[in-house]
Amino acid sequence: MSSAYVPGLTVSDFMELKLERRLPLKGKVVVKVGQKVSWNTVVANTLLPGRVELVNVASKLGIAPEEVLQAMRRKEGEAFEKDELLAQSKGLWGFFKSNLYSPITGTLESVSEVSGLAVLRAPASPVEVNAYVNGEIAEVMEDEGVVVRTQGAFLQGIFGIGGESAGEICMFCKSPSEETDINALSREHCGKILIGGSYTTCAFLKKAVECGVKAVVVGGISDRDLKDFLGYDLGVAITGSEQVGLTLILTEGFGRINMAERTFRLLQANSGRWASVSGATQIRAGVIRPEIIIPLSERPERSENAEKAEGVKGLAVGAAVRLIREPHFGELAEVVSLPPEPELIPTGAKVRVAELKLEGGEVMRLPRANLELIEN
Amino acid sequence: MNKESVRAILATDCGSTTTKAILIEKIDGEYRLTVRGEAPTTVEAPAEDVTQGVRNAALEVGELAGRPIIDENGDFIKPYADGKGIDLYLSTSSAGGGLQMMVAGVVSSMSAESAQRAALGAGAVVMEVLSSNDKRPAYEKIEIIRRLRPDMVLLSGGVDGGIQKHVVEMAQLFGAADPRPRLGINYKLPVIFAGNKDVREQIERILGKKTALEIVDNLRPAIDRENLQPARQKIQSQFLEHVMAHAPGYPNLMKMADEEIMPTPAAVGLIMQKIAELRHINILGVDIGGATTDVFSVFDGVFNRTVSANYGMSYSISNVVTDAGLDKVGRWMSFTIDEADLRNRIKNKMIRPTSIPYLAEDLEIEQAVCREALRLSFGQHYQLASGLKGLQRGNNIDSMFDEERGGSLIDPLRLNMLIGSGGVLSHAPERWQAALMLTDSFLPCGITQLTVDSIFMMPQLGVLSAIMPEAAANVFEKDCLIELGVCLAPLGASGRKAEAGKEIMQGQIDGEAFTLHSGELLLKKVPQGKTVKVGLQPKRGFDMGAGEGKPLEREVKGGTVGLVIDGRGRPALQLPEEENERIRKMQEWRAVMAG
Repeated sequence: MSSAYVPGLTVSDFMELKLERRLPLKGKVVVKVGQKVSWNTVVANTLLPGRVELVNVASKLGIAPEEVLQAMRRKEGEAFEKDELLAQSKGLWGFFKSNLYSPITGTLESVSEVSGLAVLRAPASPVEVNAYVNGEIAEVMEDEGVVVRTQGAFLQGIFGIGGESAGEICMFCKSPSEETDINALSREHCGKILIGGSYTTCAFLKKAVECGVKAVVVGGISDRDLKDFLGYDLGVAITGSEQVGLTLILTEGFGRINMAERTFRLLQANSGRWASVSGATQIRAGVIRPEIIIPLSERPERSENAEKAEGVKGLAVGAAVRLIREPHFGELAEVVSLPPEPELIPTGAKVRVAELKLEGGEVMRLPRANLELIEN
Repeated sequence: MNKESVRAILATDCGSTTTKAILIEKIDGEYRLTVRGEAPTTVEAPAEDVTQGVRNAALEVGELAGRPIIDENGDFIKPYADGKGIDLYLSTSSAGGGLQMMVAGVVSSMSAESAQRAALGAGAVVMEVLSSNDKRPAYEKIEIIRRLRPDMVLLSGGVDGGIQKHVVEMAQLFGAADPRPRLGINYKLPVIFAGNKDVREQIERILGKKTALEIVDNLRPAIDRENLQPARQKIQSQFLEHVMAHAPGYPNLMKMADEEIMPTPAAVGLIMQKIAELRHINILGVDIGGATTDVFSVFDGVFNRTVSANYGMSYSISNVVTDAGLDKVGRWMSFTIDEADLRNRIKNKMIRPTSIPYLAEDLEIEQAVCREALRLSFGQHYQLASGLKGLQRGNNIDSMFDEERGGSLIDPLRLNMLIGSGGVLSHAPERWQAALMLTDSFLPCGITQLTVDSIFMMPQLGVLSAIMPEAAANVFEKDCLIELGVCLAPLGASGRKAEAGKEIMQGQIDGEAFTLHSGELLLKKVPQGKTVKVGLQPKRGFDMGAGEGKPLEREVKGGTVGLVIDGRGRPALQLPEEENERIRKMQEWRAVMAG
């Protein structure tokens, strides 16, 4: 039988990870299986086809499109330098010839005697893919990329912007409920991944960019501040390609929301360590969430609570959950019971619910769809 | 197979997140829906095999039906015998984002628009429309072609025997961009050319080696003629051969199915056309999902479909608000809310799309966004569902660059049935909420039946209608649609704003008289299954479909909501400008609908 879908974000103090690193086009893999790599080691490279310039030869030379092939001084596939003679009209009795010089260095890709256009292509540009995390090569996908294996702490956020980055974990806030204080930010934070508490602002992020901060990880931000920081209103939840100067990862969502205690404590336990981060988010089929990967050489000693939480798999009595919708949005709770029959909620809908004990001790029933499992 | 002997049919729709299965059985000589089940779609890791989700959904159907459908090897038990198995298995698919296409033509409002109609009608999501006259420089177009990775490209342009230059130029752009398909880096991108037949050789030379090129008849062979079928058929066959064949598990799914797998929206289009044909009516349908909103219409037998790729209730909910504006969303709410709070709530829905509203005010916010998503999507549909444009310009293509618009085929006064589907409509806690959302967004005029698809089984019925149209129509009428009621709304003479409180229509419902005033919303309960006679006398300047001020008598069907008599303004809804008055009116109208 189908059941209510309860998504979960992984917050684990230690796990093995395998990460695919693929080229956008076929190319060359430059590492071998078993090779140790750093986050910035180039693992594969390729050449992206150069940009294209369309030149209307017929119109530039004042000839008919069907005369263009004859006028060309270069054949398809031939290379040329910028300002080289590319085409020349016959002129009148050998006089009054018109010349066309190449606007770029490149090759002649195609010429059409119907449209009168020539397609010029600039030289290909190299593109490289790095390992992204410190680890070792687990698999080589010939001509396409590699799989990098690493182990360590792995945390997923709920939403992020900005691409991949790496730096040292720095606890900027002292508690999960603290807001990021712009006055405490300085050039000393250059190259760091700052861990905030409940809330950050556009002003803070802008100053963080000026200070050379690599990434900010925080509980929440207001949508208006995010809009101001990005310079536009984010419409669809596909991110990762923003060029905003840093990577931002929200662990909880939009608004003032305390970072989950476990997330904060785990990051605190890894303060000073090197981490790789990505803000890329895609909320659709094939969900991608932003992530923080902290490579560790060995499994850390674990607390009793973490062990207990790990013993509960799936949505079951005793499971730790986060409330992802009003009321009590962002709060943590423990599942007390799972009534089988659907129940009436204030909207008038009948849905499957879970009985929960909130951190403050209050017990209430909320839709199962509004719970997020805190996974290990 | 002898269709008469079919006793049990399993049909699935493999969506991006859920695979929905329905079991249709022959009971006392007629086909009826007996059981439905669902399971998560398994296109992605770790399963990476769509058939696993299909089997899981079929297992659930089997459990609920109390008889096995699948054997221990995971194969369907066929044919139906001794209370086990099925005779026929059919499927549609939109998993992995459906069929994503890029289309191109020479003139935006002519060949490019026809190409768009061809692609949409074949069930595609159109990612981008390029044309020679879209005012973007060549390098920008090349960049777009490179960046987007469609499943397929439809290239058109030029009438047969007409100017060749522009369409060849467009092919050169594609050739220069060297586009890559979405799935895999080892395959060639399927490109269908459906333009001027005289340039086929040129197109072959430019694109033949770089792409998997297919050439079909021109979709706009003459300025006054559109011929979309060859392109649509080729799109669907390429969808099966290229796109589906490369998607995880689809080769097996194609073997399991007794008929060709259809893109989900193409199947919905089929069933809608079938119903319009059988009932001799004009239909407008909408399916609002998390990411996209599809609008379908059949007017005077002409089918049109549009998909608003970035208007939806979860993944693209923010985009609805961005495009519509917060004030437009806020106008549907019966309470005030701080703008920052509203923005945060909407974004939180976007990042946690499976959460559901628990508080009544959260539900109202979602339903307000839904109204705007429907309104914007309908606006796009209204524009595209039009007659052929550019007819009055002679036959010189260069002169067509000044585009001339044809009128929309959608006539709200002649719309007979409005069908809503998608979670926010089909699963609204109260049916009146769905009726009000449909009425507010589409502003039907005259007499329009309001319905919702109970569990969105139109895709499965669509694919069934291709081989067993009567069976599909029977299930559609008896098990698929929930009749909400009928909307009776007088259309005001264009440009005139009716004075608030002014009498605009008198009428009788089953002998009981009523008077409708401007700004008023009335509800008359008429239960589902009951048909009543209505007599309507719009005042001068108002039209119910018989002409301005002319009386009308009809028999209309009741529904779970009843007859909604709407005097709030047509063609545009007149909401009070003053905030407190607007809120008071919203509360009043909601109270009326809640009965």
